[in-house]
Amino acid sequence: MALSSSHLLGLEGVPAADITTILNTAENIKTIFDRPIPKVPTLRGITVVNLFFEASTRTRISFELAEKRLSADTVNFSTSTSSVKKGETLKDTVRNIEAMKINMIVVRHSAAGVPYFLTQCTDANIINAGDGQHEHPTQALLDMMTLREKWGQLAGKKVAIIGDVMHSRVAGSNIRGLLTMGAEVMVCGPRTLIPPGMTEFGANVSYSVDEAMQWADALNVLRIQHERQEKGLFPSIREYHAEFGITRERVERAKKELIIMHPGPINRGVEMDSDVADSDASIILEQVTNGVAVRMAVLVLLSGMDTANE
Amino acid sequence: MEFKIKAIVIDKNGLHRTITRLAHEIIERNSGATNLAIIGIRTRGVTIAERLVKQIEIIENKQVPFGILDITLYRDDFRMRLKQPAVRATEISFNIDDMNLILVDDVMYTGRTSRAALDALMDIGRPATIQLAVLVDRGHRELPIQPDYVGKAMPTSIGEEVRVLLSEVDNDECVLLVEASEEV
Repeated sequence: MALSSSHLLGLEGVPAADITTILNTAENIKTIFDRPIPKVPTLRGITVVNLFFEASTRTRISFELAEKRLSADTVNFSTSTSSVKKGETLKDTVRNIEAMKINMIVVRHSAAGVPYFLTQCTDANIINAGDGQHEHPTQALLDMMTLREKWGQLAGKKVAIIGDVMHSRVAGSNIRGLLTMGAEVMVCGPRTLIPPGMTEFGANVSYSVDEAMQWADALNVLRIQHERQEKGLFPSIREYHAEFGITRERVERAKKELIIMHPGPINRGVEMDSDVADSDASIILEQVTNGVAVRMAVLVLLSGMDTANE
Repeated sequence: MEFKIKAIVIDKNGLHRTITRLAHEIIERNSGATNLAIIGIRTRGVTIAERLVKQIEIIENKQVPFGILDITLYRDDFRMRLKQPAVRATEISFNIDDMNLILVDDVMYTGRTSRAALDALMDIGRPATIQLAVLVDRGHRELPIQPDYVGKAMPTSIGEEVRVLLSEVDNDECVLLVEASEEV
């Protein structure tokens, strides 16, 4: 049941068998949450460092909870309180932390490729919690787990990713993972926010959200960051909402059962209306619960693996 | 699976008799089947537990609660094993508080599986008693844990293995003593 890599850097090149192992493990681990003591001793004696060079609330809390429910020791490191501010290089920071005898590193950084770089300078198992505009594999895994719970399988299903695909690592990992699992993917958003080469990558492209909703079984709605508008990538928040916002009118007009997801945090009234986010079609809170289970599964599966062979 | 058979320890009919006897012993010791529940340890403990539930129902005319325990996350060798075992779900849908639990496994060896199972049960609730029933006790204990009900106690050497084959999972029905295989 072992995975084929001792790190989780992204979903690119991760075989379907590995993704299935992670999702199955996560589903079984999830049953622990309902127990009086929702904790198991599996990672006793393992120290995990949460190395967050970029602001994060839910991903960090989700990882920390996952680590604690597995009885690992956790250390949190964030740039605002660290010597990174004093000018220490990334390599020195990591070498110093590793000298304190730690086993696993969960890393988030604004630069793509940092998790890979860490594998070259430490022996710890590395888990990518988001690197630049590249990948956010545990988010895609929890999205896939939540969809698989609804559908039983991912193969043959259609998922539309709506919004700022260009800058989204959530989209980056979801597209790779879903295609590996045999699902069909469509990306949809303003032309300025859809990167070139999506068709070659295996995804369909649409610039009409109504068309995407007709096509899809599920929507994964990305967060719109206000600074993108300041850079002139779309005219105004109001216009974005009018053209691409998931409104109740659009959902009703689609006349079909759609599953609606969002990686959070939601800009209510921008990419998604409040009554859609809180409707029965929305599985946003299930995504959050599954996030802890998926991260526990990844930690458990990687903890048994030696990094020396990679 | 290729392995060299050294002896057939229990044959098909023997297996049925042994499980029937275990069911009688469990009922006798607990003065009936009231407040009793059977918990099987994955994988083959589950099948034996299911058969015990059926036997107890035949004898006492009473359905006892039945649960499945997966101990993977509680193993003390989880990170040391070359081949990681799959994590599967524990399925105990009733409250185990103040119940008399019969924990069922196929082969008792070092006692480490039973230790993990006891820890797992303690995280789920606070049973009145936990009693241990095993089909075969092959000795070589590494922990001070002994079974309460034993199908067959059998001295073995470290180089041997006990294979329990049950028709529900294996297409055969017997207990074999075999030469240990290379795989861990």
